[in-house]
Amino acid sequence: MGILKNGFSGLRVLKEGLTGNKGWTPHWRDPEPKAEYDILIIGGGGHGLATAHYLASVHGLTNVAVLEKGYIGGGNIGRNTTIVRANYFLPGNSEFYSHSLKLWEGLEQDLNYNVMHSQRGIFNLFHSDAQRDAFVRRGNAMINQGDDAILLDREGVRKHLPYLDYDNARFPVFGALHHPRGGTARHDAVAWGYARGADSRGVDILQNCEVTGIDIEGGGVKGVQTTRGAIKAKKVGIVVAGRSGQVAAMAGMRLPIESHVLQAFVTEGLKPVIDNVVTFGMGHFYISQSDKGGLVFGGDLDSYATYAARGNLPMVEHVMEAGMTLMPMIGKAKILRSWGGIMDMTPDGSPIIDKTDIEGLFIDCGWCYGGFKAAPASGHCFAHLIATGRPHEAARGFRIDRFRTGYGIIDEEGTGSQHNLH
Amino acid sequence: MRINCPICGDRDHREFYYRGAAMARPDPDAGEAAWDDYVYLRENPAGETRDLWYHASGCNAWIVVSRNTLTHAITSTELAAES
Ligand SMILES: Cc1cc2nc3c(=O)[nH]c(=O)nc-3n(C[C@H](O)[C@H](O)[C@H](O)COP(=O)(O)OP(=O)(O)OC[C@H]3O[C@@H](n4cnc5c(N)ncnc54)[C@H](O)[C@@H]3O)c2cc1C
Repeated sequence: MGILKNGFSGLRVLKEGLTGNKGWTPHWRDPEPKAEYDILIIGGGGHGLATAHYLASVHGLTNVAVLEKGYIGGGNIGRNTTIVRANYFLPGNSEFYSHSLKLWEGLEQDLNYNVMHSQRGIFNLFHSDAQRDAFVRRGNAMINQGDDAILLDREGVRKHLPYLDYDNARFPVFGALHHPRGGTARHDAVAWGYARGADSRGVDILQNCEVTGIDIEGGGVKGVQTTRGAIKAKKVGIVVAGRSGQVAAMAGMRLPIESHVLQAFVTEGLKPVIDNVVTFGMGHFYISQSDKGGLVFGGDLDSYATYAARGNLPMVEHVMEAGMTLMPMIGKAKILRSWGGIMDMTPDGSPIIDKTDIEGLFIDCGWCYGGFKAAPASGHCFAHLIATGRPHEAARGFRIDRFRTGYGIIDEEGTGSQHNLH
Repeated sequence: MRINCPICGDRDHREFYYRGAAMARPDPDAGEAAWDDYVYLRENPAGETRDLWYHASGCNAWIVVSRNTLTHAITSTELAAES
């Protein structure tokens, strides 16, 4: 198998280093599209590539193509702030993200690829008695799910994060819910690793191949139209994140999805200073430090429907204010870049992995601002659904009809199931 | 982004609360499909769209804003009561 022939190992790095690094080869092929495949995956982001990898590695289905309109790593998979966690509260989400974290923990071995998964721990800070009570409940739900959560008081937090403004007049730090198995990973390496894993098993990864139409006959899918020609297939999976509405419209569907922009920021490289993930409980601000030294941080959605992959200044201002409130020490760091990505927001803030009313057409969408950590389980469960026709146990709550029926809404934040509330 | 409130004039978008797509409310007994459509399903266009904004920190008017979701350009605004 290709993966073994071109496998990465310490020995190989040493050998290549001593022989001028001339033996490295592209991580995946650049094939011409075939006229027909068994399965087409529309969208070569983290979720689409993971789906292809698990179709091949778990189900042995390799006559598969991933159709990506741009280049691998150009979508949200290469734009997120890389936080990986399993700290959800509600049934439906809880078991799914738990499943995902377990896949993360074996991912580098599975892919033979260094995705720099770093379980550096997450600290969700709380700033009032009521917020502590809510975090106690969340922590218990995490433990009941078999994951890890530790409640820390103020002094307990101080041992890990000495640099916070504990006595801030408005938002003093009361404590934190610590999730030691949470952390970060290198986002684009996840895309590359899955692409290589799928390709080495025979999956064709077709870049610069935009899907422009979905062919449906007699209530069943027959294939797609693309900028690189028509391609036939009896099974098609839509996994296009922020563009879900448009691709679904090619099949005559309207989705319970609105697209919004989420912004993020990175500073110049600094010496190691923040060695975990920290989230503020009284404003939209969370932060970690990349291995290159940049402080990577972000906040909330701009909160209006948009496809412009850039935000407006009010959210920038809010994030900076929140950051300065929590950790004034970062005030002198210079921001190098800011950017935005388009999020597929559902009314209840939870995703969809389901069949559609069209035979052979499947959809995986609605990842909102939290789909990076979900990529392994999303791919694993979507592959299961496409291969077997049945939902995977860990994703059975992610039904598309929960909005129409009102049954099984997964409103993690408890704010209501309505488009502008998540 | 600045929104031109028909009553107050050009204002920073922070003064407004975003409600979402401006859609016609179905009859109470229009049936499940019509209500599913209204409450949940969205065209979610990349381009021209019309959505509802509430001037919460201003005159409390509901405003229909026509704008472009690709460029953030606002083409027109009108009071929801008159649209
Ligand atoms: C600023 C920011 C911070 C974030 N932080 C986090 C975080 O810390 N933790 C976390 O868990 N999540 C986070 N997320 C969310 C996460 O990045 C997304 O939910 C996730 O990446 C979406 O899935 P994807 O990787 O498959 O999407 P994408 O990488 O966007 O993949 C979708 C692909 O579909 C392609 N496509 C679209 N239309 C077509 C078409 N017609 N034909 C062919 N291809 C098409 C696109 O080009 C794109 O490559 C963040 C997102 C952003 C923007």
